[in-house]
Amino acid sequence: MKILVCISHVPDTTSKINFKDSDTNFDASGVQFVINPYDEFMLTRAMWFKEKQGASVTVANVGTSATEPTLRKALAIGADNAIRVNAEATDGYYVAKQLAEVIKNGEYDVVLAGKESIDYNGGMVPGMTAALLDFNFVNASIGIEIEGNTATVSREIDGGKEILSMNLPIIVAGQKGVVEEKDLRIPNMRGIMMARKKPLQVVEPIDFDNTTASVSFEKPEEKSACKMINADNLDELINLLHNEAKVI
Amino acid sequence: MSVLVFADNSEGKFKKTAFEVTSYGKKVAELAQTNLVVLTINANDVSELGLYGAEKTLHITDEKLKTFNAKAYADAIKQAAQKEDASIVIVDSSTNGLYLAPLLAVNLGAGYASNAMALPLSVDPFKVKRKAFSTKASNISEINTAIKIIGLSKNSFGLIENSVDSSNVDFSPSLSDDDFNIKSVSVEKMTGKVTIADADVVVSGGRGLKGAENWGMIEDLADVLGAATACSKPVSDLGWRPHSEHVGQTGKPVSSNLYIAIGISGAIQHLAGVNAAKVKVVINTDPEAPFFKAADYGIVGDAFDVVPKLTEKLKEFKSNQ
Repeated sequence: MKILVCISHVPDTTSKINFKDSDTNFDASGVQFVINPYDEFMLTRAMWFKEKQGASVTVANVGTSATEPTLRKALAIGADNAIRVNAEATDGYYVAKQLAEVIKNGEYDVVLAGKESIDYNGGMVPGMTAALLDFNFVNASIGIEIEGNTATVSREIDGGKEILSMNLPIIVAGQKGVVEEKDLRIPNMRGIMMARKKPLQVVEPIDFDNTTASVSFEKPEEKSACKMINADNLDELINLLHNEAKVI
Repeated sequence: MSVLVFADNSEGKFKKTAFEVTSYGKKVAELAQTNLVVLTINANDVSELGLYGAEKTLHITDEKLKTFNAKAYADAIKQAAQKEDASIVIVDSSTNGLYLAPLLAVNLGAGYASNAMALPLSVDPFKVKRKAFSTKASNISEINTAIKIIGLSKNSFGLIENSVDSSNVDFSPSLSDDDFNIKSVSVEKMTGKVTIADADVVVSGGRGLKGAENWGMIEDLADVLGAATACSKPVSDLGWRPHSEHVGQTGKPVSSNLYIAIGISGAIQHLAGVNAAKVKVVINTDPEAPFFKAADYGIVGDAFDVVPKLTEKLKEFKSNQ
């Protein structure tokens, strides 16, 4: 089993989100970057495949050199090697094209990724990559088992779950459930030392025109102050929800 | 030229999102000065779409598509888009919509803007506002390709009634065996329970409720309101409630009309997942809880005291409606 885990480099979940250059660019100053939390679940699942079923695990990212510490962290968690496609990731389709090229060249048969990144929330790269390669694809996965050439993958549906069966090669975009929060691994000192020596290959992107462009960003309008209601006056709350907010 | 909307249904019955994407598609078609065509698969009553502006519907009836299959659905939508010469294709943001849209984008060589939250700002160039940074911000994106795909964020546009004479055309796409390479083994669905994705009202509990055994009052309140129940991340991590109820940045997104947060302090990650709810009510013992800053209505009080009383009062209110 040859696994590729796609890693996005995203602002930590507690980051304050600010923009610069007249709201056209994300302001990364003072922001801590991390492995995209959804990707981290998938990386952890990949480690189990490595330990229990002898899989090899490569991590890949499309990004500038600024993303390398995030790839190193994935290596410290236990991935064998890393690939960085040296390009700015500004369009989901573009990123999918680059990853498809990496997957084709590396002959991976299992590709794991988070169902979305917590910055642009596009939720499109894994599916697009699968369509470009004609791999079987499952989105919003909450469990993956692989035996031989067959994968059994569960996915979340509105109000329940569905279990699917398919042959490799596959791309699975997942979330919590594939592994649990408690299963996530914090790199130890030995892992961090070893990660420094593991190969991080930088490849140049293939030519492809972006299909979308980011024009500008906006922050939500400041909320008007919260109306406080006395706990002994619940009729007032019901009245406001009915007559003012019109939601009940 | 046309605008094509894919209106999904569940066992033949349209959900609110199907009418929302149709309402939205109608307005987009007006902006683009073109016609709206709505595609649906195995629906019970296609004419319902006419209430929201669908002048023309394409209906696929195919036993093989009874169970959702993203690849086959994406293939069918692609063929419909080609048949109708669609320049804009609109899908919803249900789990099925999010699953099939990226496949469809590659099928059509189309740029895709997911989580769109309003009508396009302009159609030439094509600019649309979408949610980003887990609703901590929004992003205006321009799509450069000849065909554009929009994924409409749930409950961001609403329904617009616009009754028209609707004409239906039966459509039979040619699907290949390859489209069905993934087999559905089983589907488990909770029955008789409102899901967070579909709910107009969500009632959510946090660590302030002190234990799984105290969830009865959350369920009672939810019952009165016809609401879905949800919880904060610590509550699902502690195993008090299933993961499927966890709402927040890495849990389920909430975009209901009303969100009632009980005993949830309002960590930034939680707020990121519930910002899109239109009206937020917070009940918390701590007047300094950060959630009050993000709320519309707040009550400082003990949930064990306030919630049962609120449930009783709402029962009374509902019975007088």
